[in-house]
Amino acid sequence: MSAPQAENQPILAVTDLVSGYDPGVPIVRGASMTVAPGEIVVILGPNGAGKSTFIKSIAGLVPKQSGSVRLEGREIAALPAHRLVHEGLAFVPQTENVFGQMSVEDNLRLAAGILPKAERAPQLDKMYGMFADLARQRHLLAGRLSGGQRQMVAVARALMVSPRVVMLDEPSAGLSPKLVEQVFVNLAGIRKAGVTIVLVEQNARAALAIADRAYILAEGRNAHEGGAADLWNDPAIAALYLGGGKLRGREVPA
Amino acid sequence: MNLQFLVDGLLTGSIIGLGAIGVTLTYSILRFSNFAHGEFISWGAYATLFTSGILGWAMGGAVPAIGPFSFGWTLLVAAVFAMALTGLLALGLDYVLFRHLRRRANAITAVMASFGASMALRSLLEFFFTSSPTYFSKKLQIAKQLGLGIRATPDQMVLIGLTAALVLSIHLLLTRTQTGRSMRAVSENPDLARVAGIDVARIVNITWMIGGALACAAGIMVGLLVQIRPYMGFDLLLPLFAAAILGGIGSVPGALIGGLIVGLAEAVAVQTVGAEWRAAIAFLLLIVVLIVRPSGLFGVRS
Amino acid sequence: MLDLLNLGLAGYIAFFLATALSYSILCLGLNLQWGQTGLFNVGVAGFAAVGAYTSAILTTPPSDMHFGGFGLPIVVGWGGAMLVSAAVTGFIGLATLRLRSDYLAIATFGVAVTIQLVALNAQWLTGGPFGIGFIPRMFGGLAGNALAFNFANLATIAVVVLVLYLALERLVRSPWGRVLRAVREDEEAATSLGKSPARYRLQAFVLGGAIMGLGGAVQAHFIGFIAPENYLPTLTFQVWTMLIIGGSGNNLGAILGGVVIWALWALSGSAIQAIFPPEQQARAAALQITGIGVLLSVALILRPRGLLGEKIIVSRHMDLADTLAPPASAKAE
Repeated sequence: MSAPQAENQPILAVTDLVSGYDPGVPIVRGASMTVAPGEIVVILGPNGAGKSTFIKSIAGLVPKQSGSVRLEGREIAALPAHRLVHEGLAFVPQTENVFGQMSVEDNLRLAAGILPKAERAPQLDKMYGMFADLARQRHLLAGRLSGGQRQMVAVARALMVSPRVVMLDEPSAGLSPKLVEQVFVNLAGIRKAGVTIVLVEQNARAALAIADRAYILAEGRNAHEGGAADLWNDPAIAALYLGGGKLRGREVPA
Repeated sequence: MNLQFLVDGLLTGSIIGLGAIGVTLTYSILRFSNFAHGEFISWGAYATLFTSGILGWAMGGAVPAIGPFSFGWTLLVAAVFAMALTGLLALGLDYVLFRHLRRRANAITAVMASFGASMALRSLLEFFFTSSPTYFSKKLQIAKQLGLGIRATPDQMVLIGLTAALVLSIHLLLTRTQTGRSMRAVSENPDLARVAGIDVARIVNITWMIGGALACAAGIMVGLLVQIRPYMGFDLLLPLFAAAILGGIGSVPGALIGGLIVGLAEAVAVQTVGAEWRAAIAFLLLIVVLIVRPSGLFGVRS
Repeated sequence: MLDLLNLGLAGYIAFFLATALSYSILCLGLNLQWGQTGLFNVGVAGFAAVGAYTSAILTTPPSDMHFGGFGLPIVVGWGGAMLVSAAVTGFIGLATLRLRSDYLAIATFGVAVTIQLVALNAQWLTGGPFGIGFIPRMFGGLAGNALAFNFANLATIAVVVLVLYLALERLVRSPWGRVLRAVREDEEAATSLGKSPARYRLQAFVLGGAIMGLGGAVQAHFIGFIAPENYLPTLTFQVWTMLIIGGSGNNLGAILGGVVIWALWALSGSAIQAIFPPEQQARAAALQITGIGVLLSVALILRPRGLLGEKIIVSRHMDLADTLAPPASAKAE
């Protein structure tokens, strides 16, 4: 089996990833990222930078042409997408991230299917404990829920398998500011529980408020990397990559 | 008009329903209309015939029928065996043909290929067994009076019961088991299913096996109630599609109910308009559904 | 029927080519519907039947075995075949063209099954299982001289194919053809230019159906006799294979496909006659269909664009700005 996690070894390390739907037309053109255990890392950048493709490639949904992806030191780039949750890497897509024609409970029980039988029911109860609203709505069809509640189901589904790393693609997309705040509060809480988080975000402001580090992608490549606080304070970076304007001015929720 | 059409309709409807469930499952998970599904029905019947023949020969001659039914235990064993074999046939066809076409985003190619495969499979049956009809057993069954002017043979009654059992099993599979949930997930969103840890390729294989097995069951029913011939499955193709679309493509209960409706309509037509127009009924129902409400009764997919 | 044994090689080749080219007509019609417009018609046999029976009814001498027998000239028969086929196709198209591809396939499949059922059962109209005989042959006066007869028929059918080919090629390069292509490649763009995709698709569908009707009529007059069993799904399947092998989207491919597949059919038929004893030949004939089925499947996997593939169509006016890139395959919804 894999060697025990060495100290200071990143939990997720992506090196020179080249990927795209069409082999001749790569969208991600050699991007890299390292994530330390327990970090929240956010991936930012202008539209068309390839952020979403980057994260979907790691998740196995977009074909990779070259590059390496290491999870806890193990090479996973060649694994098919459905094996990744077994390895401890979960993904929450941006849209169509729940099974709308199945009940909330079925969505969760589906995810639990890869756990040993004895763990399924306890894990389900634990999830209902964490997300009280879901417990109330467990028999409703996921597609009938509001946007924010669906988001909750999507995140709960990913957490069902107790992943080491969760990746989210624009979790705030389409949500009202109040719900966005709720989402990021949840994410901070998940990190407190020891799960590493990687997220792609368009809403740089909200993301940088809870992130430790950030990567900025442009045209499929790394454009900048740094601590979230540094980016928060650097107007030049903001102007260049994040649509300009100040990022300051919002309190970080506890 | 007497009520006998209810029994005939129920039987025909059960046969069509079993086949339509396979079609609708294939459609919802593999995303194309499989014109070769009728051949699973025919091959299933012939496989059962062949296997029960071998079993009978191994037993040194004709095996006595069970109770009032026309078949003995050799047919039952052969049926189970043949259902598995037909599932493997479906799997094999996917492996040899459809799997290679999945990469193209084009469902039309798969339908076209299935049409070609259906002709090839049917003609192979014709080559092996000739086009003359054959039967599981030559025994004639006496129909029993059930009241209200309805009669049914013991075979007919037990087959309706078996259909109900099969359909109930499928329903339980889909709603209560992890495999069933996985199938529903893949039919809705394959990428999300992968992300949730589901091996989509495995689910595809399971779908083919179930579709093939159900088709075999339908074929055995036709063989017991009517006759076995190479065109038996192909002639059911239009009613199968009509039933699946009428019920709402992707819906298993819809496929069964659609099948029952088509079966009953055909039975009524046979009594009123004449048996030779039977095949046109399915077509009429199909056109009406496609014009009025293409999503069908319980359609989940637009 | 023809006494094939007395034909000699030249006569046989003429007979073979005439038959092959009559299939090519059906193939050209299908190419317009599928290759140019992306309409998945699995009911080719039905439209051919409509044309064949219409022409037969119009041109045969009076008979109480079936409807009509109006004794009209062959040309009138063919014209009538095209008109009635066009009407039937139009009617069906109005009901079904807006459906997505596999539903259209199922619907057209059902249409063909129903048409064949009508041909089989509506005895007052079609002669039922007995079909319609005594259909006037082209150059019937030459029937005594098998060689001349077959060559004359071959020439006629070849002329029909040539005229169709030229007309269709012209059509494809015309403004109408370009809009059709645009409708197939990018429906939204075409709509934004004020073109109604539904109308263009219906027009292509109807024209294709008329051509199929003509093909059915031509075949009827070449053989002289038609019956419902000529219009089974096997026919649809043969024509589809011809188009795929020849190269869909390409009119020359459609013609070539007809000849190639018919050649394979005839060759395999002869091989079966040579290999199998007479009492086994009925069941051995089924192997021909198996072979064609396998061929179609293999072609779809290995070389879906067939022998001649899809051509880049350039406007007649050679305006480079109008040049379209090699088209992508038709999309399923």
